[in-house]
Amino acid sequence: MYPYIPNTPQDEKEMLQAIGLDSVDQLFDDIPKDVHLTKPLNIPESKSELEVTNYLSSLANKNCSVSEMTNFLGAGAYDHYIPSVINAITSRSEFYTSYTPYQPEISQGTLQYIFEYQTLIANLTGMDLANASLYDGGTAITEAALMACAHSKKDEIIVSTGVKPEARQILKTYAHQQHLKVVEVETKDGVTDAQALEALVSDNTAAVIVQNPNFFGVLEDLKGLGEIAHKGKKTSFVASVNPISLAILKKPGELDVDIVVGDGQPLGIPLQFGGPYLGFMATKKDYMRKLPGRIIGETTDLDGKRSFVLTLAAREQHIRREKATSNICSNQGLNALAATVYMVTMGKEGLKEVATQCAKKAHYAFNELTKSGKYKPLFDKPFFMEFALTSETSVEKVNNALLDAKIIGGYDLGKDYPQYKNASLYAITEKRTKEEIDKLCEVLEGVK
Amino acid sequence: MKNYDKLIFELSKPGRKAYNLPALDVEDKALESLIPAEYLTDKELNFPEVSEVDVIRHYTNLSDKNYGLDTGFYPLGSCTMKYNPKINEDVVKYDGFANVHPYQSECCVQGSLEVMYGLEKSLAEIGGMDRVTLQPAAGAHGEITGIMLIKAYHEKNGDFKRNKIIVPDSAHGTNPATATMAGYEIIEIKSTENGLVDLEALKAAVGEDTAGLMLTNPNTVGIYDRGVKEISRIVHEAGGLLYYDGANTNAIMGHARPGDMGFDVVHFNLHKTFSTPHGGGGPGSGPVGCKDFLVEFLPVPMVGKKEDNTFFLDYNFPNSIGKVKDFYGHFGILLRAYTYILTMGSDGLKKATEMAVLNANYIKEKLKDYYYLPIDNIVKHEVVFGGLKDTLSEVTTLDIAKRLLDKGYHPPTIYFPLIIHEALMIEPTESESKETIDAFIDAMIEIAKEAKENPELVKSAPNNTLVRRPDETKAAKNPILKYEG
Repeated sequence: MYPYIPNTPQDEKEMLQAIGLDSVDQLFDDIPKDVHLTKPLNIPESKSELEVTNYLSSLANKNCSVSEMTNFLGAGAYDHYIPSVINAITSRSEFYTSYTPYQPEISQGTLQYIFEYQTLIANLTGMDLANASLYDGGTAITEAALMACAHSKKDEIIVSTGVKPEARQILKTYAHQQHLKVVEVETKDGVTDAQALEALVSDNTAAVIVQNPNFFGVLEDLKGLGEIAHKGKKTSFVASVNPISLAILKKPGELDVDIVVGDGQPLGIPLQFGGPYLGFMATKKDYMRKLPGRIIGETTDLDGKRSFVLTLAAREQHIRREKATSNICSNQGLNALAATVYMVTMGKEGLKEVATQCAKKAHYAFNELTKSGKYKPLFDKPFFMEFALTSETSVEKVNNALLDAKIIGGYDLGKDYPQYKNASLYAITEKRTKEEIDKLCEVLEGVK
Repeated sequence: MKNYDKLIFELSKPGRKAYNLPALDVEDKALESLIPAEYLTDKELNFPEVSEVDVIRHYTNLSDKNYGLDTGFYPLGSCTMKYNPKINEDVVKYDGFANVHPYQSECCVQGSLEVMYGLEKSLAEIGGMDRVTLQPAAGAHGEITGIMLIKAYHEKNGDFKRNKIIVPDSAHGTNPATATMAGYEIIEIKSTENGLVDLEALKAAVGEDTAGLMLTNPNTVGIYDRGVKEISRIVHEAGGLLYYDGANTNAIMGHARPGDMGFDVVHFNLHKTFSTPHGGGGPGSGPVGCKDFLVEFLPVPMVGKKEDNTFFLDYNFPNSIGKVKDFYGHFGILLRAYTYILTMGSDGLKKATEMAVLNANYIKEKLKDYYYLPIDNIVKHEVVFGGLKDTLSEVTTLDIAKRLLDKGYHPPTIYFPLIIHEALMIEPTESESKETIDAFIDAMIEIAKEAKENPELVKSAPNNTLVRRPDETKAAKNPILKYEG
């Protein structure tokens, strides 16, 4: 017997009898002999829970977690504090063991929290509406680009090299399928080159995509870049943003951004080696009927009670089929729940405090680390919580020295930007203390 | 609280808070002195102000409005709603797994890489494939990744005229959408009366423009298509490749493998076959396996093993399609699936398939006198009825589903597959006991009787749920997509 399979041999016998068969094997007689497996799968045999947890604990112990070390690595995944309430709620099996709310009568819990999530994301970004979430920040950029192409019936996408390198790779992979043209606009002194962008934008431009703060941590002039983007006919201005930053920075909605996307990981989702995270998307009203993924709407039931349902399903793949502009038919449900609980837990003041502490600690760190002159700022530009420093020493060497002191160093920008050799991107969240920052400084100063 | 009907925004009161952060321990400079004012907002954040107690009570009350697998039987066809083991949820919370940054150096993440390596090996064996990418985030995401591999293969051969993907009319709805996304035209071919691929129609459809065929076997009617080898021969001879939609893998584990049936590419749904939670719609995971000749096109990175038995992220795939997702996939979901595979082992996985199939056939046998069974064959993991056996009844499949709510069940998938009129698609999985299934069968028979004796009762269902048939037309006509206060 297996713990997850309740039928006893007696049950099996009775059920087979009811079907009129003698053995379970007969249920597989329809599989032709030449493809029917005759030997067991080459996978170890079943194990007890204790054996499995012992083995997996030993694997977990081979990793060095950010709680054993002091982490200064960001580059798209951030080490923020996650309040206990989030796990308490996402661990409720009424939430995690349910599926797509196809039957609204018994799914109001899921439907309502997604409605709350959509409201919070719309309010955070200052946009008209938000969808129920996408896979992650990178794929959300691609979905935004595809939506912009469908919206404008054009096929050229301009993307800043200040956008996360992996996200640009995803965009290129998808664009290749539909013969869409991806043009990269370079950065200059750490920000998107406005002049170069102006030269590229044309009436063929479906979308201009930037990131803010960009991959180098630097703040982009969204207003100025948006004005340039909008010189194109029906061109969508797309911004990928850090959700925490929006508690203190001007909202994309105030800056005439058309489509806002980003990764919701900083909103209460653990790092867990890169996923699952949460892609969010918010837009102006004009895009409502082209929005990919699910959307929840408010309505009333037979008795006039407020209730929530999956809506605007005509956009969804299961209706459009061969006219689809996206094949996404799910959302990151449980992670959207985590983000919802995080956003309401931090609330109006808390998210601002998180963002403010990140900014203040990051600027303290920047000042301390650049004091001696051994490490120089890569760019002399305003930033939020992440900044790049260069030195005479390779990032690998610096990070190995940090590792010896139980510190996880910054991201090696040279991997994606060969022109920025020896440049390291440091992220400072509210979790870092003055003591930890001072220690980082001390170890860095000692690197030979 | 039975009639709890608040939104979190309606609980807000100025001054309440649910968070507590340490005091700032660096010099407190004004934000305006750090970031130029033109970048800073002067608008307050429109978020609620609530206490921690408010947060917990609110979402606990919302959870009470949900029906999950842990609540009861969830025979949602095509979704494989099997039990989500609790060990899986514990393991992902281990500090070494939960709190690791994806860009840490390889020496610090050997445990995670070993999990990915082990999972890849297991999935390859289960599917009869050579390698598996773990990157795709969901089944539909796996589909498009798989179709991209097929496209890359034809392009490398300089074969640019292949611009069509063949999809049977019984396919999952995502299949045609996926092929469109990948830049293909769709050729839909009809199924035979038994829901199988019509070989003559297939022969007529293939040609020099065929890039591939997307198929699931057993198909969406739950029937194993014996013609699959012939199907693969026809498509391969025309120069196309075969894509296997792995949504129905729970029907064949340990008994048959897509690779042996002639498929070149397969996606798995870890949230179906491999017990990871559906999470109210996600996150899922849709790894894609392929045969040797397609490995060079897989998205990067893959996990490799060095001679010294350490693991590394392998980016050395010069013909790779690129990337389909940030980082390396949904690691937390991969880990749950691997935990399940380790727990079940080769014997347990096979047993799971056998009991899932036994349960489905038992339901078919017990209900076929009451519900219309369009195809009376041995089924695999699911059975599809076409509404009531009394086809003259005014009671529809939707009514039956709503009446099941009154009786405490999550209804089956309804109106899919499209080729069965009034479809009721029941997938019990191996997680259910004979007692649970017998009780469900009784409820279904009772509804069939009610439909005859008191059709209004069924048509007016549900009667004891928190809300009753919310108005979807109204929601779509005048969309309210956020709380406006």
